[in-house]
Amino acid sequence: MTQKFTAEQIRQAVLKFISDIAPEVNLKEIVPGKLLRDQIDLDSIDFLRLLTMIHEVLGVNIPESDYAKLVSLEDIIAYLEAKTTSPTPRAIKIG
Amino acid sequence: MYEFKMPSLGAEMESGKLLEWRVKPGDTVKKGDILALVETTKSNIEVETWQSGVIEKILLEPSDKEIPVGTVLALIRTEGKTEEKEVKKEVKKEDHLSDKYLPMRQAIAAAMERSNREIPHYYLETMIPMKRTINWLSQENQNLPPASRLLPVVCLIKAVSLAAKKFPEFNGFYLEDKFQPSPKVHVGIVVSLREGGLMVPCIHDTADKKIHQLANETYDLIQRTRQGTLRASEITDATISLTSLGDEGVEKVFGLIYPPQVAILGFGKIYQAMIVEKETFRPEPVITATLSADHRVSDGRRGALFLNAIRALLQEPEKL
Repeated sequence: MTQKFTAEQIRQAVLKFISDIAPEVNLKEIVPGKLLRDQIDLDSIDFLRLLTMIHEVLGVNIPESDYAKLVSLEDIIAYLEAKTTSPTPRAIKIG
Repeated sequence: MYEFKMPSLGAEMESGKLLEWRVKPGDTVKKGDILALVETTKSNIEVETWQSGVIEKILLEPSDKEIPVGTVLALIRTEGKTEEKEVKKEVKKEDHLSDKYLPMRQAIAAAMERSNREIPHYYLETMIPMKRTINWLSQENQNLPPASRLLPVVCLIKAVSLAAKKFPEFNGFYLEDKFQPSPKVHVGIVVSLREGGLMVPCIHDTADKKIHQLANETYDLIQRTRQGTLRASEITDATISLTSLGDEGVEKVFGLIYPPQVAILGFGKIYQAMIVEKETFRPEPVITATLSADHRVSDGRRGALFLNAIRALLQEPEKL
C-alpha cells in the first residue's frame, strides 16, 4: 500500500530533497514549469540521489524509462501524485 | 605579506613533519613552485605555494616535531593585495567547508600550473561505441532501486582501471626524474565542488572491485567530497585520473595531468553518431575518450593501444 500524499506535501518533500542535495539553491527562485536541470546544478549523481530520496521517503520507485518525464518541478510533482494511490481500507477489528 | 602555513592534506590530518625546505629567504617563487617537503602519516608530500612573491622569512626549521596544520612556516612578500583575501570573500554559506578545503583547492590550482609548465603532455582522442554498455546498463538497472543503479561513469572507471593494469606506463608516479609504476590502480575522479573548485579524490583498488561495489563507493566518495569528509589516503593515493564532463554536455574534454601522476582520461557526453559498417550506416550512442599523458614516460603508440584496450572493454560490459 502506498501512502497518499497531497500535491503540497509532495512539493515540500521534493523541495527539501533538492535543498539537501544543492544547499546553495534559493528554493523560492525555482520556476516550477521550466526545465529543472537548467535552473539547478544537478548532475547525474545528484539526480540519482534525488530519486533515492523520493523512493525512501515517498515510496515511489521511478524506473529509468520514466526519467524523460521528469523535466520540470511541476512534472515531478504531477508524476509522483499520480503514482501515490489511495490507502486501502483499514482492517476492522473484531472482538 | 602572505603566510605560508602547514597545509591540510586530508580531512583527518592534524599535523605534519617539516622535512625539508626547497627555497631560502630571497628566492623568488611563482604560484605552483614547491616550497617544502612535508611528511604525513601516508606519504611525503611536496607542498606548493599558491602565492607568487619573494621568500621574506623562514619561521621554522625542519625537524622531527609534529607541526599542527595551520602553523605559519614562512612569510612571502607579495606585490599588492593577496589573492587569498579575495578568494575568502567569495565564500558564502558553507564557510566551515570552504575554509577546510581552501588550502587543498589552492594546492590543486597550484599543481595545475606546475603540470602545465613541467609535464610534456601529448594528447589522443578516440570515439568509443557505447551501445552495448548502454543496453547492458538498462537491463541491469531495470530491476534495481535507484540507490543501487549503475551510472555510465562507473563503467568508464572500471574499464580504465582494467586497461591500466595492462599498460603500467600510465599508472604510477613520476618523482625525482624517474617513473615508478604502481602495482595497484587507484583511480582519481575529478569532482567539482558545489561552491566552485575541483578535488581529485580516489577510490582504491578500482580494478579489483566488482562493479556494484565500485558504484556504491563512487557515489559515496563524490558525496563525501562535496560534504568535506574525505580521508587523507583518498586525497594522496590516486595513480591515474579520470574526468567526465558528460553531464555538462560537451563532447570531449582533455584533462591536465595531476602531478605526480602521468596520465588522465577524459570523457564527454554519450551522444548519437553515425556508425559506418560495410556499406550501411546507422545512428548509435558513442562517447569520445581522450588521453592526456606524460611524454617522458609513454608515447603515442602506447597511448593509442591503451585507449583501444578501454574501447574493447566497453564492448563487453557484462565482463566489467
